[in-house]
Amino acid sequence: MQTPTLPATVTTPEPRTPPALAAPLAGSPAPPARVSIEGTVVADRVYRAAILGFALCVPILLLLIFVEVGIAGWPALRQFGFGFLTSSTWDPVAGQFGAAPAIAGTVITSIIALVIATPLALGGAIFLSDFAPSWVRQPLAFLIDLLAAVPSVVYGLWGVFFLLPLLREDVMPFLRDTLHLGATPFFRGPAYGPSVLAAGLILSIMVLPYIAAVSREVLMAVPRSQREAALALGATRWETITGAVIPFARSGIIGGVILGLGRALGETMAVTMVIGNRHELSASLFAPGYTMASLIANEFSEATSDVHLSALMAVGFVLLLITLVVNAVARWLVWQTGGSRS
Amino acid sequence: MSATVARMQDAPHPRARGLARRRATSYVMVALTCVAASLAIVPLVAILGYLIRQGAGALSLDFFTSMPRPVGEAGGGMANAIVGTLILIGIASAVGLPVGIGAGLYLAERGGTRLANLVRFLADVLNGLPSIVMGIFAWEFLVRPIGHFSALAGGAAIGAMMIPLVTRTTEEMVRTVPQSLREAALALGFPRWRTSLQIVLRTAMGGIVTGVLVAVARVAGETAPLLFTAFGNQFFSTKLTQPIAALPLQLFVYAISPYDEWHAQAWAGALVLIALVLVISVMSRFVVRSKHGRAND
Amino acid sequence: MTEAIVRSASPAEDAPRAREQPAAPAMQTRALHAYFGATHAVRDVSLEFPANEVTAIIGPSGCGKSTLLRCLNRMHETIPLARVEGGVLFQSQNIYSPDVDPIALRRHVGMVFQRPTPFPTMSIRDNVAAGLRVQPGERLDRRQVDAIVERALVQAALWDEVKDRLKSSATGISGGQQQRLCIARALATAPQVLLLDEPTASLDPLSTQKVEELVYELRKSMTVIIVTHNMQQAARVSDRTVFMLSGEMVETASTRVMFTTPSDARTEAYITGRFG
Repeated sequence: MQTPTLPATVTTPEPRTPPALAAPLAGSPAPPARVSIEGTVVADRVYRAAILGFALCVPILLLLIFVEVGIAGWPALRQFGFGFLTSSTWDPVAGQFGAAPAIAGTVITSIIALVIATPLALGGAIFLSDFAPSWVRQPLAFLIDLLAAVPSVVYGLWGVFFLLPLLREDVMPFLRDTLHLGATPFFRGPAYGPSVLAAGLILSIMVLPYIAAVSREVLMAVPRSQREAALALGATRWETITGAVIPFARSGIIGGVILGLGRALGETMAVTMVIGNRHELSASLFAPGYTMASLIANEFSEATSDVHLSALMAVGFVLLLITLVVNAVARWLVWQTGGSRS
Repeated sequence: MSATVARMQDAPHPRARGLARRRATSYVMVALTCVAASLAIVPLVAILGYLIRQGAGALSLDFFTSMPRPVGEAGGGMANAIVGTLILIGIASAVGLPVGIGAGLYLAERGGTRLANLVRFLADVLNGLPSIVMGIFAWEFLVRPIGHFSALAGGAAIGAMMIPLVTRTTEEMVRTVPQSLREAALALGFPRWRTSLQIVLRTAMGGIVTGVLVAVARVAGETAPLLFTAFGNQFFSTKLTQPIAALPLQLFVYAISPYDEWHAQAWAGALVLIALVLVISVMSRFVVRSKHGRAND
Repeated sequence: MTEAIVRSASPAEDAPRAREQPAAPAMQTRALHAYFGATHAVRDVSLEFPANEVTAIIGPSGCGKSTLLRCLNRMHETIPLARVEGGVLFQSQNIYSPDVDPIALRRHVGMVFQRPTPFPTMSIRDNVAAGLRVQPGERLDRRQVDAIVERALVQAALWDEVKDRLKSSATGISGGQQQRLCIARALATAPQVLLLDEPTASLDPLSTQKVEELVYELRKSMTVIIVTHNMQQAARVSDRTVFMLSGEMVETASTRVMFTTPSDARTEAYITGRFG
């Protein structure tokens, strides 16, 4: 057995012999020296810089959006001041722009959407997390989540050809006459179909999967021990939910609802196809209206003057601000409960 | 003693009176939650059913290959819009994939730092941005300075919307690669960057591709960002610096038009769009599940 | 009891080598300290690892043996907040000096881990050849690579079992085969030293035996350092043994001596099973 000969210790670069030529015995030794130390260190640094660069694209993009839209909307905001948010006169010809109807419409449609969607979404989530047999859970959750995959314009299409006629011919007369809600200011006036109500309804369908998904996640994240403790004390299954599970998951559920709100605020296509697109500030849900998003979508291409354009940009900026804040709050709340971001 | 026992047996349980009511409430509420869950999927079924009924009639091979006919003529197709959507998806991927995968790698490898948490948070915020705002931003940034609409602007707008989704998927998938794999590569003499790219990223690639498909599905249906960027084009165009047709845009235009023939086309187009989106969503579920199954071995 | 262990020891001890001149050690540690943040995992270890011999490092869980091993190929520092003080000599050069590239070092000092870690997206052949792809020097053509892959698989006693399915996925073979695949992968770069960190801990007895046999064969062409919590394995496979406790090296001796007449009381206590 030969003893391996050790090389002279010199910090020379590695010899360019492929290892195959090295005998399996007494490996041809090459000192692990300064070989391409520059090479790998540089390559590692380039890699690290590259992924950092890509990662920084995210905050930079966000900042860019904020700045560009803000600067474009600034002339209108400066010209109309606070009145921009409170005036309901939107007259491109006269150069007067007040976004109050659009803002109000956004708020009202979103509230309608949440009022309808939250009980359904939360109820469904509770069912899936606690009461559903396991063979039903996966498929049903999947189907509910699938609602989120339907494109907005397809909802709009369905809204225009199915929902609007349904509202006009059946639902609205039912509400107004049969239930006599027409006496209230909320269900008054001509009911042709395109309305704040229609928009609210469509939004509720679009928002439901988000609330449901987040609620389901945070409900399932509640530890078993909480439920078992309540049951052991003699609570019924429902009382376990209201008494032990929901309080634990409360901030997460609220976060999910606020997330749904964020979605509702920004929805464009489906809303613009069913809301009627009129600058009208009315108490009636049957009346057509505007939301900030649908206003921009509808008028942007035909913006006649610089002021008009700037006003639309200003509306976009206000929408941006509101959704930014709402989404940030939602994320924070969901994070709090330890539910992962959905 | 038996008298005591008898007395005990006769006495009503202290909570018996309330218990029946509470039990009933519980049953009713459980039933209501079941109803809620079922109601939640009614719209999905309704929409799908309606789409199939209305759209199947107008759907034919012609639809994919021919151009829109002038108003008043039945038939025709949306070939320009379908091709346009594909081109836009390509541009969007060119924008969104490098940034998304790069950012995802960054978050997976340097996850706990303050900068990483900030980036992750901001990616979520970007995700919730209204698509119309993305549209007017892209207009202001990419259309106004140039002077005309373009496919590039539209693709960039929806590419930006892909970024948060791809980032999140990449981060999650890279995190599932066990640390031991990384160590094995390092011990072999792999430099760090090659370990990350050739070993870790490659191992996670299956899941990342799935996530990318889901992001593409989501973005393919977006209309609002395209309204003022790609703008739409009634002719067949593949030029990147010119306006280009897109499926959702075409749907919108047809849907709000007064022509019945165009309505029929819109239904067919909607069916194609939703079929694409749903097929990808369903596929992604199955792939993810099987991946997780394997990871548990 | 120690006699019984030694009697069942491999022929390593029964055929003493007729080496007159003491060979220079393949690796050597000098006053080596290793830290995880504030935890002092390896304390002042000075050791020699003779060339072309198998050295086993034994000791109870948490004694720092794996950490010590990972200092030998500079893997310890890949963990955040890990720190090393002191020196490790390889070919008379301190591997911790600033002009030594850890990546180049790791091609000469290979490592196999406790759990088999084949690269799941690669075939068996590509797994074995993986280390070759990051070698500097001119690219090898396919035939050269195939030759190296075959040699490595033969050395790892895996060739016969996989030679017909080199293109198939590396995850399709059994755990024992996967570990031998990892060994082949480490051998492909023809390292001078092979570090094995409890390589058979997750293997069944038959695979364990195969690995032990190949470790015995490997000493002909390289130096092997093996960490093991299995004393019998150390006795079967190694020429020299190092006993560690709480980060310190307690004793090192030839395996025969260590297991029959250990000089330190703690060694004896561990070997006779009084703790560990």
